[in-house]
Amino acid sequence: MTAREIYEVLREKFGEEVVTEFQEENVDPPAVVVATEKVAEVLTFLRDDPRTLFDSLMCLSGVDYEDRMEVVYHLHSMTHLHKVTVKVRTDRENPKVPTVEKVYPVASFHEREAYDLLGIVFEGHSDLRRILLPEDWPGHPLRKDYVYPDSYHGIKV
Amino acid sequence: MDSAVAFLTSKIPFLASLPFWVVAFLVMLVVALVILGFALTYEGIATYIERKVAADIQVRIGPNRVGPNGWFQFIADGVKLLMKEDLIPAKADKFLFVLAPYLVFVGSFAAFVVVPFGISLIAADLNIGVYYVMAVTSLVVIGILLAGWGSNNKWALLGGMRAAAQIVSYEVPVGMALLPAVILAGSLSLQEIIRSQGGYLGIFGWNIFHNPFTFFSFFLYFTAALAETNRTPFDIPEAESELVAGYHVEYSGIRFAFFFMAEYGDMFVVCALAAALYLGGWQVPFVDVSGLSPLLANLLSLGVFLAKVIALILVMMWVRWTLPRLRVDQLMRMSWKYLVPLTFVNVLGVSVWVLAFDGKGIPALVMSLLGR
Amino acid sequence: MEIERLPESDELLINMGPQHPSTHGVLRILLRTDGELVTGAKPDIGYLHRSLEKIAERVTYAQFMPFTDRLDYLAAANCNCAYAWAVEKLAGIEVPERAEYIRVIVCELNRIASHLIAFGAFTADMGAFTPFLYGIRERERINDLFEMICGNRLTYNYARIGGVSHDLPDGFLDELKDFLDYFEPKIDEYNQLISYNKIFVHRLANVAVVSKEDAIAYGLVGPNLRGSGVKWDLRKDEPYSVYDRFEFDVPVGFGEKGTVGDAFDRYMVRIREMKESVKILRQAIEQIPDGPVMAKVPRVFKPGPGEVYFRAENPRGELGFYIVSKGGTSPYRLKIRTGSFTALTIFDKVARGHLIADIIALIGSFDIVLPEIDR
Repeated sequence: MTAREIYEVLREKFGEEVVTEFQEENVDPPAVVVATEKVAEVLTFLRDDPRTLFDSLMCLSGVDYEDRMEVVYHLHSMTHLHKVTVKVRTDRENPKVPTVEKVYPVASFHEREAYDLLGIVFEGHSDLRRILLPEDWPGHPLRKDYVYPDSYHGIKV
Repeated sequence: MDSAVAFLTSKIPFLASLPFWVVAFLVMLVVALVILGFALTYEGIATYIERKVAADIQVRIGPNRVGPNGWFQFIADGVKLLMKEDLIPAKADKFLFVLAPYLVFVGSFAAFVVVPFGISLIAADLNIGVYYVMAVTSLVVIGILLAGWGSNNKWALLGGMRAAAQIVSYEVPVGMALLPAVILAGSLSLQEIIRSQGGYLGIFGWNIFHNPFTFFSFFLYFTAALAETNRTPFDIPEAESELVAGYHVEYSGIRFAFFFMAEYGDMFVVCALAAALYLGGWQVPFVDVSGLSPLLANLLSLGVFLAKVIALILVMMWVRWTLPRLRVDQLMRMSWKYLVPLTFVNVLGVSVWVLAFDGKGIPALVMSLLGR
Repeated sequence: MEIERLPESDELLINMGPQHPSTHGVLRILLRTDGELVTGAKPDIGYLHRSLEKIAERVTYAQFMPFTDRLDYLAAANCNCAYAWAVEKLAGIEVPERAEYIRVIVCELNRIASHLIAFGAFTADMGAFTPFLYGIRERERINDLFEMICGNRLTYNYARIGGVSHDLPDGFLDELKDFLDYFEPKIDEYNQLISYNKIFVHRLANVAVVSKEDAIAYGLVGPNLRGSGVKWDLRKDEPYSVYDRFEFDVPVGFGEKGTVGDAFDRYMVRIREMKESVKILRQAIEQIPDGPVMAKVPRVFKPGPGEVYFRAENPRGELGFYIVSKGGTSPYRLKIRTGSFTALTIFDKVARGHLIADIIALIGSFDIVLPEIDR
């Protein structure tokens, strides 16, 4: 299935309110933008539907676009050998995205990383703690407006 | 002891004026110092040899900086360990922590007392020699357990528990694997056992070639003894890659050196026991050493005995640098499910053999068939 | 970090790491054990975090190349090339054929070197120290070859966006051939020495079993995925560069000594992959064309706006680069997805119910490299 066909399938299943946009140009693999609160259901559908069968989540990344936050899911199917990108957008000041760790267990660490570095809260995550930075680190460094701290526990940074 | 004192007092008139117990004490002291000196030198050289053997197996060069070919490396190591700061962890149980290395060292060193180095080179030819070795080497396990507990370190505790479980389990097959030799000689004295392996048969007079059961017993003993000394593949109490260093993880400097020396001392003792009980001890094949002059006889038998022991130690080193480590449960299974039953069968087999063939081994039977 | 524990239980909490001989770096695992039995394991990572993703947003595309060396220092050439391929895909650059062949050669050489370390470190973890030195001995020759190519022995910084930094030196291909002739029989030697050693097999068979479904769901990649019986290799199934021109097999675990997906299967997959790499290298030596090794890339390199997710098959599985460009000289966002990072996700699930000694087998058979996890 091409990404466009997958987009059509999703559109048909979830409707326009949920599946809002399709990005093809200069986006590899092509991306489907879906409504934030529905992402777990969309991914569950993509994983289980015999036409799509996206059994592996290649990567989960958070991106700070200065006016919004995006969480990007790169999906791949080992059965059908097709790929698609799923994107969700969220408010930058109070970023909240439902967790998909129940759908793809591998998301657990990726989501913790996105929380750690970008401050995106994954609602329903079983163990949402900082993963790479110390537990008391101030701020989320991958945000574009991150202010570099002068010191950490009295150590000059 | 009595004969040694009598011999000395007859030679040196000054000693005759002293009471018996003083002379006896002096003799003991001198013998102890000689053995201690031997043990320390051996342990130093053994560490050097082990490093060279390991290097050879691992296509490396090994120590080569201190002295010619690195021969004085062990002295440098010893000096380094002596000079190191004596560290005791703040939360350790100080008494147990300090006591443990001594126990371990004493346990291993005390066994040297009955090691039959030569035809008359033995500190004390106890009539319960074999059991004495078994008994004092058990001290080691107490020391290791104390070290593991006293360090107040979880890895050390795990190591101590493993060591206790392992050594206690392997005491059984070790003891049972020694019994066939004892049965054949009808004595627990190591010198008696060695003397029984002499005679016209040469190396075929050794217990290992006596009958199939003793042959297996030797290998069973050697395997179990590897475990008793905590050497690879049975080094789970130390298990560097699992427990960091096991029971001695918190030890440094000279206290660590005690553990280290004890390990090498243990190696010597178990190899000496294997050589004495199964490989004819100091018996020189086809030479009746008791007929030679005392000096020559002792030197010859000492040389032969050490050669046998060192050959076995080299096998231990070879095994260590070749095999991976067993897991805890596999180790226990091996002892209780395989070694213990097999050693029991061997003891039974040897007993029946002795009854059936009047104590004669296969070589002796063959010779008698050939008409000798 | 905490791990839940019953208040009155006899369970012991142990910190395995950050300083521990077998965690392959500064990994800390909080173990909850009942005696020797592990009832819970939580990996704690981040001790080596160098914020490479943040640095990427500050430096130009070309300047980020040396940082990829520091991702997986045992397979620096693979990381270099993966990054270069990702950026080239983003910018649509055609790379000269000779450069692609050179990249394949360095990647496969580095894969062998990396698997040698994995093999050596793993056997050392299992208590056999000697094979480690054997692995190092062969890797030394690979390091010499790399020194010939680019002057470096560990962090190569050899790939460039649009090609590679230098052409191969004279006589390199002959040296490589010599090495391959020397190396190929060594793999059988390893198998004789340790792979089928009874103790070794008993330590690994049926230990740390990862089922096929779990392996995919938890995002295991590379040899770990193939160890679980999934025949999936990006070089074969999603060919990038010139990998579609080589004949090679994809070894998978098939429960040789126990269950499919146990530690032994993962170990054997690595051993067999070295043979496949040798095959690829021999073909590459035959096929390599003459020509330039660098495409024309503007000095001020600015790919157009867009985003790309590219993944390459590294010794530790897929190395994925998600690059978002807004048309500037540096990436707007660069996310690195590494095989070792996702391998730790499944750690707790697999570790439960094993002995402490098996945890070592688990870590070793996953062949994790910490800088790659922490980035």
